[in-house]
Amino acid sequence: MPLSTSSNFAKPDDAFRAIVEAHRGLTEEQSADFDATLVLILANHIGDIEVLQEAITLAKRRTLDASQQQQQQQQQ
Amino acid sequence: MAQAKAQFGYRRHPDQDRAGADVAEHPVVIVGAGPVGLSLAIDLAQRGQKVVLLDDADRIGEGSRAICFSKRSLEFWDRLGIGQRMVDKGVVWSVGRIFHGHSQLYQFNLLPEPGHRRPAFINLQQFHAEAYLVDRVEELPAVDLRWRNKAVALESRNDAVALTVSTPDGAYKIHAGYVIACDGARSSLRQMVGADFSGQVFEDQFLIADVKMTAEFPTERWFWFDPPFHAGRSALLHKQPDDIWRIDLQLNRYADPAIEKQPENVRPRITRMLGHDKFDFEWISLYKFQCRRMDRFVHGRVIFAGDAAHQVSPFGARGANSGLEDAENLAWKLDRVLRKQSPVSLLESYHIERSAAADENIRESTRSTDFMAPNSHQEARLRKAVLSLAKETEFGKRMVNGGRLSVPSIYETPLSTADEDAWRGGPRPGASMLDAPISGGAGRHTFLTEAFIDQGARFTLLAFGNGAAVEDAPQGIGTIRIGGEGGLVDAEGLAVKRYDAEPGSAYLLRPDGYVAARFRHPTRERLDAALARASGLN
Repeated sequence: MPLSTSSNFAKPDDAFRAIVEAHRGLTEEQSADFDATLVLILANHIGDIEVLQEAITLAKRRTLDASQQQQQQQQQ
Repeated sequence: MAQAKAQFGYRRHPDQDRAGADVAEHPVVIVGAGPVGLSLAIDLAQRGQKVVLLDDADRIGEGSRAICFSKRSLEFWDRLGIGQRMVDKGVVWSVGRIFHGHSQLYQFNLLPEPGHRRPAFINLQQFHAEAYLVDRVEELPAVDLRWRNKAVALESRNDAVALTVSTPDGAYKIHAGYVIACDGARSSLRQMVGADFSGQVFEDQFLIADVKMTAEFPTERWFWFDPPFHAGRSALLHKQPDDIWRIDLQLNRYADPAIEKQPENVRPRITRMLGHDKFDFEWISLYKFQCRRMDRFVHGRVIFAGDAAHQVSPFGARGANSGLEDAENLAWKLDRVLRKQSPVSLLESYHIERSAAADENIRESTRSTDFMAPNSHQEARLRKAVLSLAKETEFGKRMVNGGRLSVPSIYETPLSTADEDAWRGGPRPGASMLDAPISGGAGRHTFLTEAFIDQGARFTLLAFGNGAAVEDAPQGIGTIRIGGEGGLVDAEGLAVKRYDAEPGSAYLLRPDGYVAARFRHPTRERLDAALARASGLN
């Protein structure tokens, strides 16, 4: 089963909001710890190494693209 | 420090008086009388080969060094006639516990089921193991063990390898059909053939202290992350024979080895761990390690085995055990090549199978090491997350990596015949045989691994029920029949279960006990083809 990137939540805003709110009141350090823990929980729930690899590839591409764009904007 | 040290004398050999065209020729010369070289020499000798075994020292090495010997290694040593002696002396264990801070995260059992001749592991100081191996060698006239004989130069020729050997009486030459380099991580033969040996270097340092004390800890492997007595780092406690305990403490990468290994500096660390100071030091060592392997294990007539060919971190007991698996893998192949029963190309399968095993061992031990000593803040953060999840989730416990202990590799090898029939279980081609209790005609209780040894550790057909396979088995192979008329009795049904066997099923085992092929209904034609393939004949 490939990684699903179509919208899976009936109310995507609720999901985004839930994650945002979970970070409220946490220090930067705690936030980073929280993210790491959440990633591991969700990865295990998916339980499919190929889907996980696809997700990692997508996340990495978006992260690197975003930081590249930021650099270009700063140079302009 | 009190420690058994076996001392052996140098003896001048008549080969040393021969030179020029009169130089002595030997089919096999093994360099290095450690566990791997000794075991290989014994295996070859038991197969009828004459072996010269050279060692540059004249005694067994100091320190406990390797202490965990696996079930697979014990089964190999059973075949060499010394398994029982190792087990009798060793500390048998199968349970490990992982702690984080003050609390236990989880425990594991490496052999949770009964019905195996050998335990998951024994702990035994390497010097005991080597001493027993030397005793066995001395019973075998076919092994010519020469102490204080150091290989100092090597010249590869088409038909032989010319070795220059230095001794207290000066140097001499011998010619070898094959040279097997079992001369350890700092292998000088590896340098002589000009082979590269690069890999990952780990900067973290670990302190080993073997201490003598009487203690009531169970015979289990205890591993701590961030224990109260050694904050922020990892620790290991493991029992050895003779009231010796292995303690392994992670230090930081900047620790000064000369200072840290001073007993007066080690003592407070151990006292904090044990809560008392009623112990004596047996051995202290500080080490860093590397994970690396040679590109090629076979360099023409020079073949590398054990630490000379590959090195791993010590977490997982994958060093000595994988070296012993090398020896077991190589012995029967070299024997067949020397007898011209198989082409020289069979030796290539040694490289294929054992270099893949080395890759697996490096991968596993690197992961363990990275988990113990994270390389970045974010790695440390992810580890922290795993350790915290382990307190209340099953998956978290399974992700905690305090060392994944050595199990035999499953070979993807040209010697295997792919399954054509349907199997729901059992060891697949390339996997090592599984043990099970069986009893013989006279009610003698035994194990499958013993029955395999009784057949002479050659190609052996393991057949279930009254099949035609055994009557029509190819010439020269052993047979073990389970069930049926006149067969061994599988009273508990464990052999049938572990091999997913039905009446008529048969496994073709290689001389090292690995599965070459398996059939629901073997025919002579299929068996012949599988046997030829496993012998490197096609």
